[in-house]
Amino acid sequence: MSAIHLNCRECGAEYPLDARYVCQRCFGPVEVGYDHGRLGADVAGLRRRIQGGPQNIWRYADFLPVDVQPAPSGRASSRFGLPAGCTPLIRADRLAERLGLGEVWVKNDAANPTHSFKDRVVNVAAARARELGFDVLACASTGNLANSVAAHGAALGMTTYVFIPADLEEQKVLATGVYGTNLVKVRGNYDDVNRLCTELSGERDWAFVNVNLRPYYAEGSKTIAYEVAEQLGWRTPDRVVAPIASGSLYTKIAKGFDEWLKLGLITGDAPIMHGAQAGGCSPVAQAWDAGHDVCRPVKPDTIAKSLAIGNPADGPYALELAQRSGGSIEAVSDDEIRAGIRLLAETTGIFTETAGGVTTATLAKLAERGEIGADERVVLVITGEGLKTLDAVRDTFETFEIDASFDQFEAQVERRSVVV
Amino acid sequence: MAVTVKLPTQLRAAAGGAGQVRVEGATVGEVLEALFTAHAELRESLTDDGGGLRRFVNVYVDGEDIRYGDALETVVGDGAEVQILPAVAGG
Repeated sequence: MSAIHLNCRECGAEYPLDARYVCQRCFGPVEVGYDHGRLGADVAGLRRRIQGGPQNIWRYADFLPVDVQPAPSGRASSRFGLPAGCTPLIRADRLAERLGLGEVWVKNDAANPTHSFKDRVVNVAAARARELGFDVLACASTGNLANSVAAHGAALGMTTYVFIPADLEEQKVLATGVYGTNLVKVRGNYDDVNRLCTELSGERDWAFVNVNLRPYYAEGSKTIAYEVAEQLGWRTPDRVVAPIASGSLYTKIAKGFDEWLKLGLITGDAPIMHGAQAGGCSPVAQAWDAGHDVCRPVKPDTIAKSLAIGNPADGPYALELAQRSGGSIEAVSDDEIRAGIRLLAETTGIFTETAGGVTTATLAKLAERGEIGADERVVLVITGEGLKTLDAVRDTFETFEIDASFDQFEAQVERRSVVV
Repeated sequence: MAVTVKLPTQLRAAAGGAGQVRVEGATVGEVLEALFTAHAELRESLTDDGGGLRRFVNVYVDGEDIRYGDALETVVGDGAEVQILPAVAGG
């Protein structure tokens, strides 16, 4: 593999590629360092190899921190149990028109095995966990990760422990328990769950995908950038709008584009990166507005539970990225989130969860402010599935109820129906 | 005030292998100062050049992040539990 070590993002100290997430010296986060030099020697050959790879994230194995070699093409023939990725990138002309924009694309990551982008990160973390000899997978989750870790445990034959806030949406609880996991509801919010799991990871020899395996896990999010670039014809988009919870996805998407631009694998400029938060849990957006370089934690109170992290681990790096890329970090209200879900559904046929409502509402806000040029190509990253947060759309539309009568249909339905 | 400080595994080597340390102090700042006096190596791991906590260190008093309170001035009661954890987990 082209990963060569873990290195501290704060002080630069280097470590072997083992299960660790904190620098021994300065307590900073460690991330995977690579040597891609060899890959840059034959860029055309590298593109062909990627195109000939499997229809999932393992086509990018050269850029992921695992020893796995891609199996022959085909979604089903990957070596790992629940391959993620190669989700659709859809040109959303009706959404663009509604917002007065030129070109909008929707990266629909609800089209993953457990219906969120989390399958990408768990693919990588689970593969690395097996390589490092772990038998147990675990996580602290706001819901989507819980689904994914439980499902990966089932697919790979690993024991799983999944820790969630006790008040999580019923759909996400049901879609986790069904896989036969040890599902632990913690009385508290996500930050309480995370604190418990951070402590537990030191006491148990388990692979907590987003604690001690976090450097590997986080790399999985880069594959969204690789796919978008490949799907746009080996080019970068001008702007990306992505949600921020811990800030890991947002920053790793940018890292993916940067790696490929540096290698000369794609053309264009590094995209302007916009981060999207829910107003009821917006520590990063608040720090951005105040011009701070660190986030003050908040107590979450929002319908966007999958983004309800009050104490975001990658907050400082998200702020740096927004600054460096010329982007911004925005917050939207719960009503705007509901409107965002409806807007995306009505104009693209894609039903997203509350996090996608946050992202869509943020795009609408940027469009309204006139920040996006008519000639710009914008990618909206939709990270999860609407069926998991049904309460957000309950009572937001009317239905007709009639007898099986033609007259009633004419009188009560046809005259009041909406024609697009 | 006698309080218990819980250390994460990453810091235990610098505290002679102990997972918990008993120290005296009326605020988080005083508790940490007492901890650093007992185990000097911990100061470098947890504080920056200006003497403040590094940005990836989380400190909790009885489960509550001190940034919800008065940061290093947060008062700790007798028998309280002060927990130090890396901030980089989760999400």
